[in-house]
Amino acid sequence: MATQYEMEMIESAARAQQALEEASSPGERMILNMGPQHPSTHGVLRLVVELDGEEIVNVWPDVGYLHRGDEKIAENMTYTQFIPYTDRLDYLAPLANNVAYACAVEKLCGFTTTPRCNYIRVICAELARISSHLLGIGALAIDIGAVTVFLYTFREREKLSDIFECICGARFTTSYTRIGGLANDLPPNFTPMVHKFLKEFPATLEEVDRLLTRNKIFLERNRDIGLLSRQDAIDFGVTGPILRGSGVEWDIRKAHPYSSYEHFDFDVPVGTIGDCFDRYLVRMEETRQSQRIIRQALDNLPSGPVNSPDVKMLLPEKKDVLTKMEELIHQFINVTEGINAPPGEIYFSAENPKGELGFYIISKGGGVPHRLKIRAPSFVNLQALPVMAKGHIISDLVAILGSIDFVMGECDR
Amino acid sequence: MTPAESVEKLRARYGEAVSAPVEFRGEVTVAVASEKIVEACRFLKAECGFDMLTDLSGVDNYGEDPRFEVDYLLYSLSNRCHLRLKVKVSEDDMTIDTVTSVWRTADWHEREAFDMFGIRFRGHPNLKRILMWDGYPYFPLRKEFPLAGIPTELPDAEVNADKVRTAPMLGGPFVPLTGTRRSLMREPRQADTVVENEERLKRPNKQEPV
Repeated sequence: MATQYEMEMIESAARAQQALEEASSPGERMILNMGPQHPSTHGVLRLVVELDGEEIVNVWPDVGYLHRGDEKIAENMTYTQFIPYTDRLDYLAPLANNVAYACAVEKLCGFTTTPRCNYIRVICAELARISSHLLGIGALAIDIGAVTVFLYTFREREKLSDIFECICGARFTTSYTRIGGLANDLPPNFTPMVHKFLKEFPATLEEVDRLLTRNKIFLERNRDIGLLSRQDAIDFGVTGPILRGSGVEWDIRKAHPYSSYEHFDFDVPVGTIGDCFDRYLVRMEETRQSQRIIRQALDNLPSGPVNSPDVKMLLPEKKDVLTKMEELIHQFINVTEGINAPPGEIYFSAENPKGELGFYIISKGGGVPHRLKIRAPSFVNLQALPVMAKGHIISDLVAILGSIDFVMGECDR
Repeated sequence: MTPAESVEKLRARYGEAVSAPVEFRGEVTVAVASEKIVEACRFLKAECGFDMLTDLSGVDNYGEDPRFEVDYLLYSLSNRCHLRLKVKVSEDDMTIDTVTSVWRTADWHEREAFDMFGIRFRGHPNLKRILMWDGYPYFPLRKEFPLAGIPTELPDAEVNADKVRTAPMLGGPFVPLTGTRRSLMREPRQADTVVENEERLKRPNKQEPV
């Protein structure tokens, strides 16, 4: 018969055995900080990861390291003065942000742009989309280990930067659109440059496709990783390639066409299960569809003025400003006080490469907005990260971050 | 179902808590009383198909009473239409119910509204600051917060106070300094939160040799 002491020893041994078997005992968890400086958290994103061994139990994204107070700045600037700040939101596709902002303020003022302006904006937005997706795919590939793909995609981005420099003088922070039109019309060498790019680009894209899409390692790293169900995607408000990767067929260019998108014939790729591989495929296909749109836009580019001549919110021609009184006054008022927006509030969203970039502008009249809220797609998409990452290991987290393709400039504003 | 029909259904259900719709540039805006906001959102999601919350933003209407408001922008994927709900929040009682139980995306949006305006959301699972660091003492998007910011102590910053020099053009137009006569002239509303800084402008800009 066992003594009291022996019975207690047996009981405690049984309890210890049970604790070992239970995988979710809190003493075994580790909190890991993937700090704001990390090569795989594209940009300044801090992740606090709770690990059980190597498996992720929970992850908390900590954003705000790139917060620059854009919304506060917007309340102190005229609408035109804010355009360079929109470049720096999603700094991988600045032209797309410019187009979205210009369309938003034009919606507030109730103004329609000329057909030529709309087509040029579409070309700019689609070139920006190609540029951003190239970077997204390249960054995903290099994080997984396929370094060559990154260099191929960045070589193509260099050609796109040359095209952007041709159109507005800056490779990166373009500030090309203005409220009511564009800064300048297309230069004469723009169309040949874009045609040359469109001739050479499909070959590189096919090479990237051959390197990655059927690559066993790439598939193992991306298939069934970071699943986001359709219901979760809608509940979290994610938009863009992530939403389409999860099977929801929704694209603002088709649902609420802006800037003459309804004139173009293109398809919207939709994924099935919402894993990293689906999102990668959606981005690859969107790049091909963007080429289609650019070709159609260039072939059917309407002639005529880029800026409508009889509008109060655009600056008059310089030669008139220097010689005529009315234009001088008009230029002075527009530059110092800004365009006279009517009181009211609007929300306008555009299909940016990262998702739905929305501007919610509350105007109480005058040239300066009362409140300008930027609905940033990366801010909303990052919220779904914990759901996508739970149960995976750290190297899958790297793949998931690459597939979300967020940019901290617009997340933090 | 168009937004106008959804608003009619909402008004039929909640009566006076929902105002008449205002339409501007094709968008419908409705003001909702703050007690009924969660029920209204749940109703709109279940009955009228507004399954996505596109945006949630705080607004500071300085000088009006109630001073703050929270705007919800709903979207229906099936009907492809937007609807905006506005809820007023008064400055004395800066609380409103959270809608994270209706759409999980409201989580970070509400944290941002709290961070920028100080609007508290009752029932929020994790109401912490999101863009500024925890413990930041001000609410930056309020109208009395100056654009140049208010100098605060950064957490965990290791800076030797005697090695810090004032910026060479401090106080001028390119390196603004809040709390001086010039900045008060430019932004008079900051008078409540101003910190006196005139003597910083006079501090010598020399550094001792190391």
